Amino acid sequence: MNIFTILISTIFVNNYVFAQFLGICPFLGVSNKTETATGMGIAVTFVVTLSSVITYVVHHQILARFGLEYLQTIVFILVIASLVQLVEMFLKKSSPGLYSALGVYLPLITTNCIVLGVAILNIDKEYNIIQTIFNALGASIGFAIALLLMAGIREKFEFSNIPKPLQGFPISLITAGLMSIAFLGFSGLV
Amino acid sequence: MTGILYPVVVLGGLGLLFGVSLGLASKVFAVEVNPKVEAIRKVLPGANCGACGYPGCDGCANAIVEGKAPANACVVGGKSVAEEVSKIMGVEAGEFNRQVATVLCQGDCSKAKNKYKYTGLRDCRAQNILAGGSKSCSYGCLGCGTCVDVCNYNAIHIVNGVAFVDKEKCVACKACINVCPKHIIELVPYDNQFVVKCKSNDPGKVVRGHCSIGCIGCQICVKNCPEQAFSFESNLAKINYEKCTNCGICAEKCPTGAIFSGLEKLNAKAQ
Repeated sequence: MNIFTILISTIFVNNYVFAQFLGICPFLGVSNKTETATGMGIAVTFVVTLSSVITYVVHHQILARFGLEYLQTIVFILVIASLVQLVEMFLKKSSPGLYSALGVYLPLITTNCIVLGVAILNIDKEYNIIQTIFNALGASIGFAIALLLMAGIREKFEFSNIPKPLQGFPISLITAGLMSIAFLGFSGLV
Repeated sequence: MTGILYPVVVLGGLGLLFGVSLGLASKVFAVEVNPKVEAIRKVLPGANCGACGYPGCDGCANAIVEGKAPANACVVGGKSVAEEVSKIMGVEAGEFNRQVATVLCQGDCSKAKNKYKYTGLRDCRAQNILAGGSKSCSYGCLGCGTCVDVCNYNAIHIVNGVAFVDKEKCVACKACINVCPKHIIELVPYDNQFVVKCKSNDPGKVVRGHCSIGCIGCQICVKNCPEQAFSFESNLAKINYEKCTNCGICAEKCPTGAIFSGLEKLNAKAQ
């Protein structure tokens, strides 16, 4: 698979949120404002890409060498958790505004399944390092797009007349479902 | 032996590696926290209730140090906390303005009309869904006592079909304010005796039709207030609590009695 196919595939066809249903928690949690959604998208892009590279190196250079592939999950979580800590410190120093806007969702990237999912799928699909980087990039761009789209729609909710029982989360979940169906339209593209 | 040794060494080694690099990173990316913030954070109750309007006690401490919030920003901590905070900030404590929740409706069973008889769930939120509740005034207290249920301090009671807050027991935690589906509970300074206890934005004639003790927007209070503490917005008189001197002229002049004149006088009248 070449790099371009991987990018298109992960951004649209196999979008991690809409087609593989990973990372739903921040998708619903941080999509209230486009501003924070952008910040979260960038933070996730950074963490996913970097963690994919590190887990790739750790897996092939350390785990595979000692025949410890079965430790994959726990080691990957260790890598991701440390990385998120690093990003958190970095953001706190460089942009306190974004840090406070992301709030609790920043440490929650640790438990965001999209990060672990991408890392594990990279290994499962036997990508090389270049493919790994672009797969991670595509996955997180797809996630950021999903987050931004959702945030844009949810900002519109505030001015629309929604029936009372559907206000808040119900309408968001319905919207997410419809968006997922819409993204099914991309299937067969790759 | 190697079967157990390798995993332990590898995992331990990785953990150590990440731990050390994180430790180094925390030195590099260390953010200098204003020592005042930490000191104030220690004095605050630490309940993270959010009643001050900031996200938790950390947010409140930050706002106080940045000067965005007054030293008495913590409503729950009250006077003692305000004094501690102002000691840290190096300013005079000033008068701690205690605030209490107040139900802005007096339309009880004898004064307000009903449009139907409600026999459903005893919960204002449920009743409110049904055509905005049984009261014919769409701004009035529904009297099911949802605020009574959420009050942890036993400060609210339903008196003749309308919720009434006991000023002495209220700690201004805002639980009732957040739960009231009619949004008629507001924080009012403890020292202010006179409150316009009506939230109706309907024109006077409509208010009269619904309730005998609502604000009809006659503006007599606005004209008679010697301190010009009244303003008039969308058919409703509003008191500027800072300007009010508790002279009581407004309550005397109010033709409907929508301006509540303190519990003392209410009790005197009852006797």
